[in-house]
Amino acid sequence: MSNPYVPLLILLALGFGFAALSVGTSLVVGPKRYNRAKLEAYECGIQPTPRAQGGGRVPIKYFLTAMLFIIFDIESVFLYPFAVAFDQLGLFALVEMVLFIVTVFVAYAYVWKRGGLEWD
Amino acid sequence: MSTIAALPGLVSLVAEGTDNPRADFSDTPLWLSLVKALIIFVYLLVSTLLVIWFERRVIGRMQQRPGPNRNGPFGLLQTLADGMKSMLKEDVRPKAADAFVFTLAPLITATMCFVSFSIMPLAGEVSMFGHTTPFQLTDTPIAVLLVLAVAGVGIYGVVLAGWSSGSPYPLMGGLRASAQMISYEIAMGLSLVAVFLYAGSMSTSQIVSAQSGLWFVVPAFFSFFVYVITMVGETNRLPFDLAEGEGELTGGFHTEYGSMRFAMFFLGEYINMFTVAALATTMFLGGWQAPPGIAAINDGMFNEGWWGLLWFTAKLWMFMFVFVWLRGSLPRVRYDQFMRFGWKFLIPATLAWVVLVAFFRAGQNGWLGGTVDVAGRSFPVVSLALVGIIAALALAGGWMWDARVERREARLHPHVPDEIDPYAGGHPVPPMPGQRLREPSLTAPALTSRPDTEEATRG
Repeated sequence: MSNPYVPLLILLALGFGFAALSVGTSLVVGPKRYNRAKLEAYECGIQPTPRAQGGGRVPIKYFLTAMLFIIFDIESVFLYPFAVAFDQLGLFALVEMVLFIVTVFVAYAYVWKRGGLEWD
Repeated sequence: MSTIAALPGLVSLVAEGTDNPRADFSDTPLWLSLVKALIIFVYLLVSTLLVIWFERRVIGRMQQRPGPNRNGPFGLLQTLADGMKSMLKEDVRPKAADAFVFTLAPLITATMCFVSFSIMPLAGEVSMFGHTTPFQLTDTPIAVLLVLAVAGVGIYGVVLAGWSSGSPYPLMGGLRASAQMISYEIAMGLSLVAVFLYAGSMSTSQIVSAQSGLWFVVPAFFSFFVYVITMVGETNRLPFDLAEGEGELTGGFHTEYGSMRFAMFFLGEYINMFTVAALATTMFLGGWQAPPGIAAINDGMFNEGWWGLLWFTAKLWMFMFVFVWLRGSLPRVRYDQFMRFGWKFLIPATLAWVVLVAFFRAGQNGWLGGTVDVAGRSFPVVSLALVGIIAALALAGGWMWDARVERREARLHPHVPDEIDPYAGGHPVPPMPGQRLREPSLTAPALTSRPDTEEATRG
């Protein structure tokens, strides 16, 4: 087998086919008796709040979490090749990696100190 | 998620030279891959049908009720009946929803949950229609990275579902779910680094064969601990199902969904449970290999061919039981507690653990000084030194922790007298547990005349 990603695409296609078929079938088979109340957003029975322009604002905390995620995700992506090739790379790589982790840890400590990890 | 997806080129560059998958696909024509894909697909669907029934039955037992037992023997067909019912339900799309994305989101979730299973080794070499092939759809040098990348794409399903519903509850649920999943993905990714260090590979077949001597759950026990916690967080299961906390967000990101589109999210959740459990099995519990005692029987006859599927499935269902057990016994945590635990404990602790394992590994490779013989076995000096340092740190930490807890206890519970005067505040108060009431004395101001007269007559 030449390309290892071809079977993966087969499974992907199978999964998508199944999902699309099920959703499509239910669209065809299911009853369609819509009314105005049914098509409103569900808010536990009270009048739905009008939707804000452009989807509204969301708390900045989530944005911050996403930014922090990128920092640590990059860190773990750099750790992977290091870990895989550890036995070949030798002592130099160990020292380098500890330095790298310590450097990122400085950023982590700063964020912690500034309250970036607090949720209230 | 997207960052991980963007970098496989770099990683495969490094990994290509050093290791390659152990699984040999040279005798696997494309049609056989198709058959295997179909088998894995059906395996996952049947497992999902069973696990939903299993969960409801076990939860039922835990709550002293029978659980679903009407459809089919022991209620086994309950999930199928539910699926058919949701198929025949009205498909409502709210007016405020974004038409395209609202349909796309469940499709993303339901599609992506299948993909990760393509690299899971369900068994070793099996013979299938005259070909000898590993019971694994495919394997690449970066297989585990692929699982994390696919999980990252799967998060889009949740985020887009929440955003596109055009309603506040789903929006909040989607945001929470995405923040939760990305936070725990970091700790999950870091916990796997220790396994890569020991296995020297990211290919799942290679990792499984590296565990033929000792399962990685032993040398990388802390990674296993972190992984099991994060896998519950990643799959939005109780006690971490904050994205759909009924008390505060009704259904969370899928509030507006009904009919088959909702069923797709349901399916995705359960298949994701199988995926993370399969990854845990592969990374820490020896994959498809037989448990140590059974593996030794008759030259490992239970450790090859189709037997692997049995062990793999058994290990998978062990994790399923843990998921159900957790749901049956733990209440939901608060969102800030959950995030604090992830960011302030799991991530730094896992990073420290990775550094520690790297040093141990370096000691094993003999880069950091020689070895000493203890009780007939030789250990690297640095490992023993590290163990000593950790033990000392743990002792010191435990001592400080104890002192802190004691101080807090003393602050929270100031000394309470054993005997109280119920009328001290001017009105009667009941005693706390363990306290006695002081007998009303003659000098105390009388609230009613009766105790006084009784005292008087007795005296």
